[in-house]
Amino acid sequence: MWGLDFSTLDWNEIGVASLDTLKMLGASAVFTLILGLPLGVLLYQTSRSTNGWARTVYTILSVIVNILRSVPFIILILALIPLTVAIVGVSFGVLGTIPPLVIGAAPFFARLVETSLREVDRGVLEAAQSMGASTWQVIMKVLLPEARPGLLAGVTITVVTLVSYTAMSGMVGGGGLGDLAIRYGYYRYQKEVMIISVLAMIILVQVLQMAGDRLVKHFTRK
Amino acid sequence: MIELKQVTKKYGKGAKTTEALSGLDLTIRKGEIFGVIGHSGAGKSTLIRCMNLLERPTSGEVWVDGVDLTKLNKQQLQSKRRGIGMIFQHFNLLSSATVYDNIAFPLRLAHMGKEEIEAKVNDLLHLVGLEVHRDKYPAQLSGGQKQRVGIARALASDPQVLLCDEATSALDPQTTDSILRLLLDINEKFHLTIVLITHEMHVIQSICDRVAVIHQGGIVEQGAVTEVFLKPQHPVTREFILGQAGESAQLALQAPHDGSSRLCKLTFLGEKTYDSILSRTARESGVDFAILQGTISKIKDIPYGQLIVRLEGEPGQIEQTINKVTSEGLDVEVLD
Repeated sequence: MWGLDFSTLDWNEIGVASLDTLKMLGASAVFTLILGLPLGVLLYQTSRSTNGWARTVYTILSVIVNILRSVPFIILILALIPLTVAIVGVSFGVLGTIPPLVIGAAPFFARLVETSLREVDRGVLEAAQSMGASTWQVIMKVLLPEARPGLLAGVTITVVTLVSYTAMSGMVGGGGLGDLAIRYGYYRYQKEVMIISVLAMIILVQVLQMAGDRLVKHFTRK
Repeated sequence: MIELKQVTKKYGKGAKTTEALSGLDLTIRKGEIFGVIGHSGAGKSTLIRCMNLLERPTSGEVWVDGVDLTKLNKQQLQSKRRGIGMIFQHFNLLSSATVYDNIAFPLRLAHMGKEEIEAKVNDLLHLVGLEVHRDKYPAQLSGGQKQRVGIARALASDPQVLLCDEATSALDPQTTDSILRLLLDINEKFHLTIVLITHEMHVIQSICDRVAVIHQGGIVEQGAVTEVFLKPQHPVTREFILGQAGESAQLALQAPHDGSSRLCKLTFLGEKTYDSILSRTARESGVDFAILQGTISKIKDIPYGQLIVRLEGEPGQIEQTINKVTSEGLDVEVLD
């Protein structure tokens, strides 16, 4: 069919690559959320504050986030090599891609968090304040639960973005499906490997998006 | 119970400063329902939000139950706020929480035990008549039901004061009345001090004991509702009340009359509303009267009547009639 021959494919290698992608995705997603959520809340809180000190914090954080978001991911991976080695000991393979993935995606996710927190009705926050809620209680018991559908949508977008980031990290020997597609499909002209790898990623993204949409729907009360 | 002293609130800086409240003084007594009426932009919303420091006044003092809120630190203010309930025009319920969880919210903030919360919330659900809706989300409720949840939530922490920020302005007339009845019940049952702000005279007339009229950041008139409502002094107050009586009073003033007649406004209050004082007096003094316009209604639970009449007869007779009805306890205002 179209001059393609799938019989010579090394399915074992494809399986290993798929697993690597899932590992990278899982680990980087977890750390991105752990880092990005508080960062997003901090951005939101400091942006609303009338306190001059908080405004300064916001400006600094905002600039850092913007810088990290404007550097192309492929450059970020290379630029972060020393830091990556310092954190995980290696700059390649599954482990070596996780720090740049997290540092690339966390600011992105933080912005999504900030945006969805802004969607929360200020009246509800005020009501909580009028009931004597502390700032921490407002964040934990009002802000985050009220923004949950938006936050989940943000998580979905971030994880999908991470899928393409993991593929890019294949360029620098990161492992996974992207790596496979580049090494076999591009460098060795094995179109079949490229097609299967891309197809696997398409399916992965579809599944993630559908799961995300379903969660959002489940938690939407409006 | 609540005392505002020289409260001023300014927004903005430098040349763009606008003054929402200018040196306002106000005293609200324990157990009363106090209404503040004003047009939008008069400062009434700022005023009520100063009472729990959702807005911090630029200067002045806010005393609630013997404590000046402006002097408290953050933690003290948070604990003090638990004693001041508040309900809002747009209800401000947690959309992600059920009716039950919304009402339980302030109790959880205060770290109350689970069983205690359960008992308390069930009582409140019963009080506001929402037992069957306990597991619904706010989006599944009508406006009136949402406000009932708001009221139950505000009452959960056993406050001494309930602040109502335009609580009925987003509701239709029937629902408004049912919410007002509920507020009145609560006031009587728990001796709760209620402060409400509104732009509807009807709300003031239905449940308030005393009223203040706010205009351009200051109180222009205040007193018992019967007093302010029946004998408004300030133009803004008159406007609010006239707006309600409609055009008929204006029409009555255009009725033809000459030197041998006088136009008078008679006000009956309380039990006198049902007495036949006017016809008795007229019969005795020999004057005739034509009723040009009349109202009979209630202020909270006090009946009142107001008549615009044309008295016809000898000037002396008319004079005598006016003196007589005044001595019978009616309030007479000679209009023309």
